[in-house]
Amino acid sequence: MVSPSTPRPPDPGGPRPRPVLEARGIHKQFAGTVALDGVALRLFPGEVHALMGENGAGKSTLIKVLTGVHPADGGTLLVDGRPQAFADPLQAQRAGISTVYQEVNLCPNLSVAENILVGREPRRFGLVDRSALRRRAAELLRELDLDLDVTAPLGSHSLAVQQLVAIARAVDVSAKVLVLDEPTSSLDREEVAQLFTLVRRLRDRGAAVLFVTHFLDQVFDLCDRVTVLRNGRLEGEYPIDRLTPMTLVQRMIGGELATLDQLSGRARREAAARTTGEPFLRARRLTRAGAIEPYDLDIHAGEVVGLAGLLGSGRTEAARLLFGADSADGGEVGIEGEKVRLRTPRHAIARGIAFCSENRKAEGLVGELTVRENIVLALQAARGWTRPLTRAKQDELARHWIETLDIRPADPEAQVRHLSGGNQQKVLLARWLLTAPRLLILDEPTRGIDIGAKAEIQKLVARLAGEGTAVLFVSAELDEVLRLSHRIAVLRDHRMVATLTNDGSVTPERILTTIATGADS
Amino acid sequence: MSTGTAGTAARPTRPFATVSPRTRTRVPLLVTAVLLVAMFTVGSVRYEGFLSAQVGLNLLIDNGFLLVVAVGATFVVLTGGIDLSVGSMVALSTVLTAWLVESQGRPLAAVVPLVLLVGAASGALMGWIIHTFEIQPFVVTLAGMFLARGLCYTISTESVTITDPTTVALAQTRLYGPGGLFVSIPVVVALAVLVLAFVVLHHTRFGRTVYALGGNESSARLMGLPVGTTKIAVYAVSGLCSALGGLLLTLYMLSGYALHAMGMELDAIAATVIGGTLLTGGSGFVLGTALGVLVLGMIQTFVNFQGTLSSWWTRIVIGALLLVFIVLQRLMGGRRPAAG
Repeated sequence: MVSPSTPRPPDPGGPRPRPVLEARGIHKQFAGTVALDGVALRLFPGEVHALMGENGAGKSTLIKVLTGVHPADGGTLLVDGRPQAFADPLQAQRAGISTVYQEVNLCPNLSVAENILVGREPRRFGLVDRSALRRRAAELLRELDLDLDVTAPLGSHSLAVQQLVAIARAVDVSAKVLVLDEPTSSLDREEVAQLFTLVRRLRDRGAAVLFVTHFLDQVFDLCDRVTVLRNGRLEGEYPIDRLTPMTLVQRMIGGELATLDQLSGRARREAAARTTGEPFLRARRLTRAGAIEPYDLDIHAGEVVGLAGLLGSGRTEAARLLFGADSADGGEVGIEGEKVRLRTPRHAIARGIAFCSENRKAEGLVGELTVRENIVLALQAARGWTRPLTRAKQDELARHWIETLDIRPADPEAQVRHLSGGNQQKVLLARWLLTAPRLLILDEPTRGIDIGAKAEIQKLVARLAGEGTAVLFVSAELDEVLRLSHRIAVLRDHRMVATLTNDGSVTPERILTTIATGADS
Repeated sequence: MSTGTAGTAARPTRPFATVSPRTRTRVPLLVTAVLLVAMFTVGSVRYEGFLSAQVGLNLLIDNGFLLVVAVGATFVVLTGGIDLSVGSMVALSTVLTAWLVESQGRPLAAVVPLVLLVGAASGALMGWIIHTFEIQPFVVTLAGMFLARGLCYTISTESVTITDPTTVALAQTRLYGPGGLFVSIPVVVALAVLVLAFVVLHHTRFGRTVYALGGNESSARLMGLPVGTTKIAVYAVSGLCSALGGLLLTLYMLSGYALHAMGMELDAIAATVIGGTLLTGGSGFVLGTALGVLVLGMIQTFVNFQGTLSSWWTRIVIGALLLVFIVLQRLMGGRRPAAG
């Protein structure tokens, strides 16, 4: 149903140069899952081009194909009009495509100068010429308006500076095509401005920049054209002035918008009703040094409380204290009016609290075990190992939850690591739902999963709340928090700055303002 | 889309957090140097005859082969890998050399290149397996360790004593310096290897790639560095060094025996760690490894001078030292806090 619009030149009036990099009909599969299906992309010299799409739309996969990390299964790549196939990043670099990844991919143990030039060090008599190395690195950084001690280990600089060093390296390798994969996700406002100045300067020098981000305002601030992907397909290519933030979002999420909006209406209608009476959980002045400042939080039965805030604002830290995953330094927690101490997850589980971790691979699921084994894990732990669940009981539970949550493949004996991200998330949810928790803490439950699974998980959260479960919902995506939550606690710099009742007056802008200014306006 | 929230897990405290990272990587090295001086001082005070330059040179004479082997191990450890096969490779080299020279009557000049080639080739083969099949270096080199040790017995189950006049003459050559001090030829070879390794590690692209690989392998790959070649090369270097170490040990012992160099892989790794190289890779100095070897030799010398101690005390002290140094590495923050 998605019809890729014919790509048109960004400037229909004037003649355009040939694209410096063009991808046509790119196809890519991972273990039977189609990640990219006939995707096309064109990059012209002297433009900043945004690649947009929801999580799981295929942005990262496309970037990896363009930069030689994963070879494509089908389609053609043209560099300066000539077909190319990259077997590894080195070949892509030689063809003039440099990449700066979201996580800085440099070596913290080497000096700044070495990080910029390693592999291409100036040499004299076959040996690395260290003074020339320092000189060239310093020159290069100066050209980009950066003043750094190039002999210091990279790891001693801030993440933002490391990011800029990564760009300096990429530019020195080749200034033809520069791919920036979410370079701003860990930078603050000023650092972003510094980065953008650099990107604009490179663009004016004739570089083609492919910019991947999930910050809409940055796209409108910086980019000339946008390519939108949805569910692994090309949705279209647009000049930025033909789009508004609203139309861009619609193109990114497509038909799912309606279902989700229905949910949103319900949460808002019910918002007022939930927040009265004795809360299930009451936290007062709860704190952990270096992680989260003292905060107060009430969560009622049947209520969804959202935790909103930027990356690193203390969302996860706040949630972990309520599960005993980290122990609090101060403050107190009451459950149904009774004061309790949640020192370890065991205490919390015993009180009916469940925690779905943000990092489902490292902290949640056991990839080598089957869906069935993963699902019964928490219930078995709660019963104690001396009272094992019978196999028949396990099968029954697994079948029930696979059906209820529509886990695919619907095979209780499939190994969890072969499941897609969304289905893994459902398995993790099933594990905790099986223990019939009174309070369910969900930390980024929809991160990195496709839009369909995302909608299902959101519906499930709404249903659970409807049935009387208290839910603490942590998410980086404001839309999602707004859609589901009855109340929203906003965090900034490890401090809870406001609690907003989601009565229809709360908009993403209002939350953003709260995050930006530290107070509800 | 966020990549995770900073500081979700408790970090170990870092008492040296205020020290600059550059200094921090050098602290273990300094500690080793101070330790060495302290041991020599204590020895000089306690034991008669300890305070002499020849005791110092004897350290090199008795440990030259270990120095060469440990230099090779340093390359591997710097990439974050490990090579457990070096001890067995040393033994294989001694047996191969002794057998070719004694039983087969080949000239030493022809045997040396052959043995070195065997060492480098087996190292390269292990490196290739580690890289191509993405297998833990620990497992692959463990297999190499058994293989090489086993091969020794297929050549000779008995110790082969060397009587070849050239070899014996070479082994007994003493190079005299001022004041009647002397060193053996293996010492010169070992020092040459050390200098060469230093230049390679710090002043060549290959050497810097070794450090990059140890710093972050996936970054190194994304930076377009030749990760595969470098990995294979460091194991080849390690194999080459153990073969050379084996040749030096043959001269030292004047025999080839399958039971030579039992556990030397652990001595080599211990010397590397005590010399300040992080087992996680990416940080360390080959000159530190030389200090590490000297510390190990010094402990042995201590035990010898004491006379009443069983030689197992050497092992006990090395074990304790290793523990201290590994904890020290941890405190120095070998692993940086997660980004974010």
